[in-house]
Amino acid sequence: MHRDQGVRGHGYGALDVMRVRQDFPALHQEVHGKPLVYLDSAATALKPQAVLDACAHTYGRDCANIHRSVHTLSHRATSTYEAARARVQRFLGARSSAEVIFVRGTTEAIHLVAQSYARPRLQPGDEVLVTELEHHSNLVPWQLVCQATGARLVPVPVTDAGEVLVEAFAERLSSRTRIAALAHVSNALGTVLPVRDMIRLARERGAATVIDGAQGVVHAAVDVQALDCDFYAFSGHKLYGPTGVGVLYGKRELLADMPPHQGGGGMIETVSFAGTTYREPPYRFEAGTGNIAGVIGLGAAIDYIEGTGLDAIRAHEEALTAYGMQRLAEVPGLRLVGTAPGKAGILSFVMDGVHPHDLATVLDTEGIAIRAGHHCAQPLMERLGVLATARASLAMYNTRDELDRLVQGLHRVHEVFS
Amino acid sequence: MSLVLSLVLSLGTEASMSNLPELYQAVLLEHAKNPRNAHLPEGANRTARSHNPLCGDRIELALTVDQDTITAVGYRASGCAISRASASVMSEAIRGKSLAQVRALSETFHALVTGRSPEAQPESQGAAQDPTALGDLAAFGGVAEFPMRVSCATLAWQALTAALTSNRNDAPG
Repeated sequence: MHRDQGVRGHGYGALDVMRVRQDFPALHQEVHGKPLVYLDSAATALKPQAVLDACAHTYGRDCANIHRSVHTLSHRATSTYEAARARVQRFLGARSSAEVIFVRGTTEAIHLVAQSYARPRLQPGDEVLVTELEHHSNLVPWQLVCQATGARLVPVPVTDAGEVLVEAFAERLSSRTRIAALAHVSNALGTVLPVRDMIRLARERGAATVIDGAQGVVHAAVDVQALDCDFYAFSGHKLYGPTGVGVLYGKRELLADMPPHQGGGGMIETVSFAGTTYREPPYRFEAGTGNIAGVIGLGAAIDYIEGTGLDAIRAHEEALTAYGMQRLAEVPGLRLVGTAPGKAGILSFVMDGVHPHDLATVLDTEGIAIRAGHHCAQPLMERLGVLATARASLAMYNTRDELDRLVQGLHRVHEVFS
Repeated sequence: MSLVLSLVLSLGTEASMSNLPELYQAVLLEHAKNPRNAHLPEGANRTARSHNPLCGDRIELALTVDQDTITAVGYRASGCAISRASASVMSEAIRGKSLAQVRALSETFHALVTGRSPEAQPESQGAAQDPTALGDLAAFGGVAEFPMRVSCATLAWQALTAALTSNRNDAPG
């Protein structure tokens, strides 16, 4: 059950979803003349007004560059930016805010680790462990660094139900494994991976662990010290925050030894033609002017989530997931893809004789937004023997009525195509 | 014989309203379920492959062109209903036509699926100002309301252009 895999929090509170929905302006619109049913939050989540306000305030009032100026606006922007860093530190359960690096997103975070940590260390014949269900952003950076260093990419297989078993992971660990790069929660299937156990096994072999937490931070509350991962990456925009911002968490002692991946203003101590010295982490890895409003918006998103109540959100999503799986099973010709026990609210499926894009277009005409395609997980699609799936993903603002509308829409799809 | 006349009349009056029947109407679905010419003909002298990364749609098209006329056409296609139906309808529309007629049909089809009015198109030999002359091709008029699906409808036509632009059987996708 995913609660054991790096999760904090106790007890359950009830989520007032109708009140929550009032906070999300994008929910209140019609598509093709029908009220929007947004079931694509795994692609990007809608944003609460508090996040929009924080971004507008940054541009509209505290509009200044950070760290570099002595004037008042800069001080305000800098304080809010660094307060967001501390916010993320607490959200992740990290020891220090110096372990929180702001980047563009999960993809950039993983590239940072691949370039600054892995590349200087990997030798020909070394192994990087991934799984068959990884998102391309947790595959391609490793392919690139393996090509550059002569290391090998080794995929841990998934079961037909879309599970990654600890035993399968243990079997692929070898004396040459230097890095294990693993999804916390599968974006395509909703599988919650047994990352805590896999991290422990990897550590026993002296391998570093990099966790793709893009969906993990949304669906499974994260405590990086309890997980004991070396690196953890996530994106702001999937966590009800702005696009163009993400976080790399890394253990202090590892970051200290890592060279910068990008150079420029903000990450230097001194610059001269004779040589340049770099700042300590996290600033060493924050070259140039970042997405200031995005970072501040991410801080506001975390405030909003924790103000609403992590446990209440989890309980709501769990109940919705169970309801969704049960109702989807009633649709003729529909097969769920990804049926791991304790999975998160990401519901992938296929329908006999209907291409997922046709299915998604029919649903679009009913005002329902889902995703159809390979979900940036082509190796997984190939392993499961499908070209593409349709995917409905749940968030704190979704309701049972919306799942009922999804199922009605799917009955319509069945009528049209049978 | 196409079923298109009554459907074209309804398209004409309701073109501004997006709804399901506009896109997945009977002609299109019929072609998707029972595709015509869905095999590669013997002796083809023009071939091309095309693929739509958005959808994963694929087509391998093969033609026999004899003195400026398409005498045989066939294909292998996989993917969404729109792309497969489009290949089927196209294959019937171009067989026996001259290359000039086929080019004109292609322009008309592109205008149709992107929602540009036929009147705005340059005069070209055989261009149909009258939608009923399009036959079953008119069934794709609804695609204009779904811009994300235009590349599905035009995939087969892209392969056709590639096949006709190459000289022999060596056209890459």
